[in-house]
Amino acid sequence: MSILVIAEHDNAALKPATLNTITAASEIGGDITVLVAGSGCDAVAQAAAAINGVSKVLVADNAAYEHQLPENLAELIADVGKDASHILAPATTSGKNLMPRVAALLGVAQISDITAVKSADTFVRPIYAGNALATVQSGDTVKVITVRGTAFDEAAKEGGSGTVEALDNVKSQDVATFVGEELTESERPELTGAKIVISGGRGMQNGENFAMLEKVADKLGAAIGASRAAVDAGFVPNDMQVGQTGKIVAPELYIAVGISGAIQHLAGMKDSKVIVAINKDEEAPIFQVADYGLVADLFQAVPELEEKL
Amino acid sequence: MKILVAVKRVVDAYVKIRVKSDGSGVDLANAKMAVNPFCEIAIEEAIRLKEKGVADEVIAVSIGEKSCQEQIRTALALGADRGIHVDAAADVQPLAVARVLQKLIEKEGIDLVLLGKQSIDSDNNQVGQMLGALTGMPQGTFACKLEVADGKAVVTREVDGGEQTVSLTLPAVVTTDLRLNEPRYASLPNIMKAKKKQIDTVTPDELGVDVSSNLKVVSVEAPPARSAGIKVESVDELVSKLKTEAKVI
Repeated sequence: MSILVIAEHDNAALKPATLNTITAASEIGGDITVLVAGSGCDAVAQAAAAINGVSKVLVADNAAYEHQLPENLAELIADVGKDASHILAPATTSGKNLMPRVAALLGVAQISDITAVKSADTFVRPIYAGNALATVQSGDTVKVITVRGTAFDEAAKEGGSGTVEALDNVKSQDVATFVGEELTESERPELTGAKIVISGGRGMQNGENFAMLEKVADKLGAAIGASRAAVDAGFVPNDMQVGQTGKIVAPELYIAVGISGAIQHLAGMKDSKVIVAINKDEEAPIFQVADYGLVADLFQAVPELEEKL
Repeated sequence: MKILVAVKRVVDAYVKIRVKSDGSGVDLANAKMAVNPFCEIAIEEAIRLKEKGVADEVIAVSIGEKSCQEQIRTALALGADRGIHVDAAADVQPLAVARVLQKLIEKEGIDLVLLGKQSIDSDNNQVGQMLGALTGMPQGTFACKLEVADGKAVVTREVDGGEQTVSLTLPAVVTTDLRLNEPRYASLPNIMKAKKKQIDTVTPDELGVDVSSNLKVVSVEAPPARSAGIKVESVDELVSKLKTEAKVI
């Protein structure tokens, strides 16, 4: 079997989600090739070649791939991967944007967000916001898959000695163009890869009060998340949303502050190792999944927590 | 300009679903059904474009059993002009859905396709992107802002690190994210009026689409349950438990 893994990167560095995807590829078993498509992305290609288990890196370095536009990239991937047994990408917004387009170009189904590999053609994926797990079997010749990062460990960044090969395959079009982007700058760890996450919900009352969580996060080296309710209320931007429609996290420690625990939110964090809930409503559903629950007014408990850490 | 909106009939977002004990699927008998929330956002956006005078006609399509005409009626009550029911099984897979939509687009001459980014039952998040590939149309997925003018759709997209904006030449496919708009409720007079609007029915066969799939569901299980832990009395106790018992800080 030959597996093509699509690297996720920002042209300068490889994103960690790629490492989880490579672990999923190793579980399927076979020769692993990584495709790095970007512009000025040589450092990414070198990093990919060093990952344990990678045998080859294909680099498509062209301005057409700079912003990962799916209209260009899907054509490239379908072309490069048409003879592969599997094509895998992380189930990030980038992978989700891209892979269904690749699958349709190849005329095959796409398997979204897998959380386990049962065999080379059978996979587990959550449905109904994680309230059910479906085991699915693919009869397609090329299996196009997105991988949920939190369900697989990161592959070792070192130990591999893959060869690097340049592709001169350029796919471009003029119906979609990149206009701009606004990325949130943060000193804190990335939400999906953080060891500790502290999230606020509607109980935070406003965006300014998230400063309290920031202080705790600074002491713990944690990332900050939010429930959909807090995002909908305009307290914080959507890229902080943890939940079925936001980001899926599974840190060592998840601290939910002023979050009631709607199914939607639980779907995004219930695989965390240890869950702490701080909420003044002792009936809040979040306590049903919390390892440690503290029934308290968050405006007293959070500053006290910060002080005692 | 003509807009096509697809609406999926799904279990209501507030219903707690139960997995069947024989592992064959999820028990939806007697469950309350509704329009998929992301599709509602797509309908709302289409109607706003019509109200602004950007669109002339909004067509709502649903693929599934006869019961999905209820969801088409909801779209009509919200302001869509007419409906198309593609009579098929309820579990048509994303690639087949995209192929059906492709045929309807060719037949109707559609300029903009508005879809929900994913349905809350199968959670695939695929149809919009697949439709883009089949038709060659550009795609603006996970939209939180949409402006349509001069033959272009400028789409601001929710991405992991923040927002990205792309410009797409029409015809194009746009899939909706949560913050794009807040859907309205249908008024009683509009619900009455919707009963008179036209819904045409076609079959995938008539459109020349094979809806079979190579992806087979082997089993469906409930996820491992997580049990409640303990309640701590104070912040001190919490910090101490995290340090000595859970050893996570």
